[in-house]
Amino acid sequence: MNEFWLVVVKVVIAFVFLFGIVIILIWAERRIVALMQNRIGPNRAGPAGLMQTLADGIKLLFKEPITPRRAEPLVYLTAPILALLPALLIFLVVPVGAPITIGDTTYDLHVTDLNIGVLYFLAMSSIAVYAVVFAGWSSGSKYPLLGSVRASAQMISYEAALGLALVPVVMYTGTTSLAGIVDAQGETLFGIFPSWNVVLIPSFVVFLIAGFAETNRAPFDLVEAEQELVGGFHTEYSGFRFALFFLAEYINLFNIAALTVVFFLGGWHGPVFGPTLVQYLLPVVWFLLKTFAVIFLFIWARATLPRLRYDQLMEFGWKRLIPLSLVWIVLLALTFGVRRFGVPWS
Amino acid sequence: MKWFEEILGPWKGFAVTFRQMFRPKVTIQYPKQKRQKPERFHGRHVLNRYPDGMEKCIGCELCAGACPADCIYVRGADNPPEDPVSPGERYGFVYDINMLRCIFCGLCVEACPTEAITMTNLFEMSVTDRIDAIYTKDDLLVEPDGTPNHPQPAGPLIDLDELRISDGWMRATSPAGRAEYEGVVTWSESAGSRESRDASHEQDPPSGDVG
Repeated sequence: MNEFWLVVVKVVIAFVFLFGIVIILIWAERRIVALMQNRIGPNRAGPAGLMQTLADGIKLLFKEPITPRRAEPLVYLTAPILALLPALLIFLVVPVGAPITIGDTTYDLHVTDLNIGVLYFLAMSSIAVYAVVFAGWSSGSKYPLLGSVRASAQMISYEAALGLALVPVVMYTGTTSLAGIVDAQGETLFGIFPSWNVVLIPSFVVFLIAGFAETNRAPFDLVEAEQELVGGFHTEYSGFRFALFFLAEYINLFNIAALTVVFFLGGWHGPVFGPTLVQYLLPVVWFLLKTFAVIFLFIWARATLPRLRYDQLMEFGWKRLIPLSLVWIVLLALTFGVRRFGVPWS
Repeated sequence: MKWFEEILGPWKGFAVTFRQMFRPKVTIQYPKQKRQKPERFHGRHVLNRYPDGMEKCIGCELCAGACPADCIYVRGADNPPEDPVSPGERYGFVYDINMLRCIFCGLCVEACPTEAITMTNLFEMSVTDRIDAIYTKDDLLVEPDGTPNHPQPAGPLIDLDELRISDGWMRATSPAGRAEYEGVVTWSESAGSRESRDASHEQDPPSGDVG
């Protein structure tokens, strides 16, 4: 029973944490993009405009939720929920900090640690595709349909690259549990360099690029290309249903950044010092710092790169990323094989 | 080295956007911070008075005729002999400008023979009712002491002092009827301001031969 309540508390904390993060994330994105365009950005609501997202959310709550006459009601209403669910679920396995020991019990700073965490993440991000497809198809309108057709093709092809980029990580660390992957990155090389998985540079780059595509962000935001598709799959959505899509999008962005940190940038590992309380807090701080550095990269890319053409996107995914990851996997497998079993001709 | 530049090329954009973050912003925080208006700014109109308090408008309707947007309505009336409103025979009895139609071209100001209508620097004229956008003579005419009127009260957006600044283009080009006055400012520098108006009236014409 005690364990049950522990999980409930953790879930509530994770939920609140994610929503708080989204508020900061949307504000940060708008402010940083504005800075890069020599503008100021939202600075009216609250200190430095931090409450802007909250104001927008409240505004959306009071808007009329419109259901188009030609929409498929059930699917149309399910889609926003289906978009948000996997986004929230992925975060459950992300370890945000080092385990905390109070008294005899040790509390892990993730809701649950699945021993198939990597597969769980891939499965959940695949479900996110369904939300986009359902939303586009059930709207009964041409632009959402076009957007969702693009989305399904894009997300499925980059899903492959995403999965292939994680294979070297699993081979290197020898575990598919996210906590295990973070633990494996704890040691240091030659005493100074942290032994993060960034050493698998090709995987890191492929994962990052596929992550851009998975979160439907620039330069892979064909799904919601405002200029061509009037917003893409969520064109017909209004009010809080639209807010759910928006929320899901930013939680996904945070998830992808957090997972990049977990898989490649050493998770919550970093220099820890000071009294006990600080020692418990510092890993979380390191984790958030790294995550926000990755998020800054995402925002930076959005402010810099133009959108890819559809055929360029497909060509890049299938002809560049996937072959690259495959060759890299084979190379790594050979290296590990030789290291363990010796050269076959000896 | 061509392949090298091809790989490096797309990344140069990142340097550009990063550099822009530290450059000065172009945004003006409008209500708090106002941009310097150009000297020939075309803002709201005012109807002026002579220094003795007489209205300058003679109800000739030339402004209404010149208006390309057809937004000025003028009805003249004969001056009552015992209490004249303007010097001369007629005065503007009704003077309405529909600000929803006005395109702020300034042709009315050019057409006016007595410099009765001038433009100012105020442009904050938003209203919540369409009828409020039709400015009557009460709104347009300055008080006898030179204070301009405005249908909305002064606030963080509306700086009524801007109604005292008149359009510099008219000041510079109005020939004042006679060739000798070409380029000479013979009328008020700021609409409705008594001191500057008095100063300009004391000015002598440039050459002796008047006519």
